Amino acid sequence: MRQEETLIEIRGLKYRRGDKVIFDGVDLDIPAGKVTALMGPSGTGKTTLLRLITGQLAPDEGTIRVAGQEVARLDRSELYALRRRMGFLFQNGALLTDFTVFENVAFPLREHTDLPEALIRDIVLMKLQAVGLRGTVDMMPSELSGGMARRVALARAIVMDPEMIFYDEPFVGLDPISMGQIVRLIKQLNETLGLTSIVVSHDVQEISTVADQLYLLSNGKIVGSGAPKALREDNSPWVRQFMQGLADGPVPFHYPAPSLEEAFLDREDKE
Amino acid sequence: MGQNKSVDFATGLFIFLGLAAMFFLLTQTTNIEAYGDEGYTVTARFSNIGNLKERAPVSLSGVTIGRVKKIEVDPERLDAVVTFTIDSRYSAIPADSSVSILTAGLLGEKYLGIEPGGDIENLKDGDEVLFTQSAVVLENLISKYLFDTASGGEE
Amino acid sequence: MRLVRELRDNSVEFLTSFGSAVIFFLRLLAYTPRALLRPRLVLRQVYVVGAESLVLIMMAGLFVGMVLGLQFYTTMAKFGAEQSLGAVVVLALVRELGPVVTALLFAGRAGTALASEIGLMKATEQLSGMEMMAVDPVRYVIVPRFLGAFIAMPLLTAIFNAIAILGSWWVAVQLMGLDNGQFWSPMPDNVDVFDDVLGGVLKSVFFGAAAGLLAVFEGFRAYPTAEGVSRATTRTVVMTAMAVLVLDYMLTAILI
Repeated sequence: MRQEETLIEIRGLKYRRGDKVIFDGVDLDIPAGKVTALMGPSGTGKTTLLRLITGQLAPDEGTIRVAGQEVARLDRSELYALRRRMGFLFQNGALLTDFTVFENVAFPLREHTDLPEALIRDIVLMKLQAVGLRGTVDMMPSELSGGMARRVALARAIVMDPEMIFYDEPFVGLDPISMGQIVRLIKQLNETLGLTSIVVSHDVQEISTVADQLYLLSNGKIVGSGAPKALREDNSPWVRQFMQGLADGPVPFHYPAPSLEEAFLDREDKE
Repeated sequence: MGQNKSVDFATGLFIFLGLAAMFFLLTQTTNIEAYGDEGYTVTARFSNIGNLKERAPVSLSGVTIGRVKKIEVDPERLDAVVTFTIDSRYSAIPADSSVSILTAGLLGEKYLGIEPGGDIENLKDGDEVLFTQSAVVLENLISKYLFDTASGGEE
Repeated sequence: MRLVRELRDNSVEFLTSFGSAVIFFLRLLAYTPRALLRPRLVLRQVYVVGAESLVLIMMAGLFVGMVLGLQFYTTMAKFGAEQSLGAVVVLALVRELGPVVTALLFAGRAGTALASEIGLMKATEQLSGMEMMAVDPVRYVIVPRFLGAFIAMPLLTAIFNAIAILGSWWVAVQLMGLDNGQFWSPMPDNVDVFDDVLGGVLKSVFFGAAAGLLAVFEGFRAYPTAEGVSRATTRTVVMTAMAVLVLDYMLTAILI
């Protein structure tokens, strides 16, 4: 395995949505063949970062290079060529509701290849077998549970044998069993297929067991990075608050408000 | 794939229904047969066509045997040239027949009426009918009547 | 003052929407040749859109025709003009009522279904999912639906007209006792293939383009939440109704 090769390189990334600054100078390296986790509290733009890397959004400033290509400069067909090397697991799976499980997984093959039907069938069943859901092949997405839909979506994400795979909040809203299954799959796929995995999450416990490297995002900046173990022993107050789930700290418990006295005195004045 | 077949069937049925409805409208409710160019074409000159319109019927003894195709003004002789087609079933119309512009009812639509002559030769494609009678214009008729009575009174 | 400001804001918003709809339309046109290379996707949408609206269109056509037969028979009988009934009914239907009523019903049934379907696909990230699978959702989802509506509308209009004529025939001839020959015979002399029937077809083609465009446009730009989708659905009906009535006047003025 090629060690320490950088697959995704982000430099000086700035991104604004309206007046709100989402990223304010982010530098990030994602090594090939490893599991990298992007973490942070809700609303810090973790998903936005994935969309920037995959070219669904364009940065205001800075560069994002994936496999040596600057994503924002690619034209449509180059971008689509790059995306065929990517798999993307959406939060809720994003399965096509009109199609059966089989047709969902076969969809990229039908769109991008001219493989004979028998071969498509073999590939689809193989991928479904890998996520343990070969038995659902004729079901509709509406008949699947949340965890199963996500696993089918995972089978679809790897059906074209991508080089890298993005997981957008893969653990949200899952029961412990489904969560354990997804964790196992992320690990397995990474080891057996040699994939580069990028996981966006805020589940500290789950992610610590699979990730080789963590990045912590807050207020548009990277506030901590390193292996899970090193981060757990980090002394910076922000990292400690996040990793240990403390209610108060650099991220205050109270949303900014006028002082208590003022708020109550005001009311008495009016009455 | 059984489901696919029934979708194909329903798609076909829907498109067939739509086209059948279109066909029904065109053939049952319109003058589409007036656009069939079956027949031969003849011209006639009139000094006044009244408000004769393109596609007006051409009739013989009250039966429609053709349609007016084109109406234009001859820029030199300054009269109206009416081109009309006659169904090829009626090929034995004498060459010296006369054509008049008539009115259906007192104020109805104008149409062309053919009065057969006695020639041995028949009208052919491209012929010009020589004996014509222009439309009767109501205003002219009235003013002529008034003028006649006025001048008659002087004598 | 507030009224002026609101008027100004609304007209700016309207013109912005109008502009983006036109740009979106041009984009769809650019995609159309490639979409036609895959007729199966388009035909499937013709079926979905057509079959969704067919029963509604047929019922509406039947009753509109019956009402026309009844109204025109009673009013025209007062002037002794009931022998023109057939021609009047056909002219009213093919020139005006058929295309307009069909388009309005279409907006309510198929237009809303299209807009909410696309909006939901957006809200559940199915469109982003395609985008990430290197499949352009405009080509795969939007254009086939637009073309499906565009093709289905003239067919639905023809079906509406045909059934409405039969409905008025049933009332006038079977119920009111008009002579069968008197019903049918004035039609060929008064209904012109080009001016009336094909003019009506032309209207339905324009209405199909407008209704299809607005449905996919509103669905595609819907805010991807439950509220956003329901708003897009409402806007589809309102905008399509407006567009159809305005277009109807303009087309009528041009065709006469």
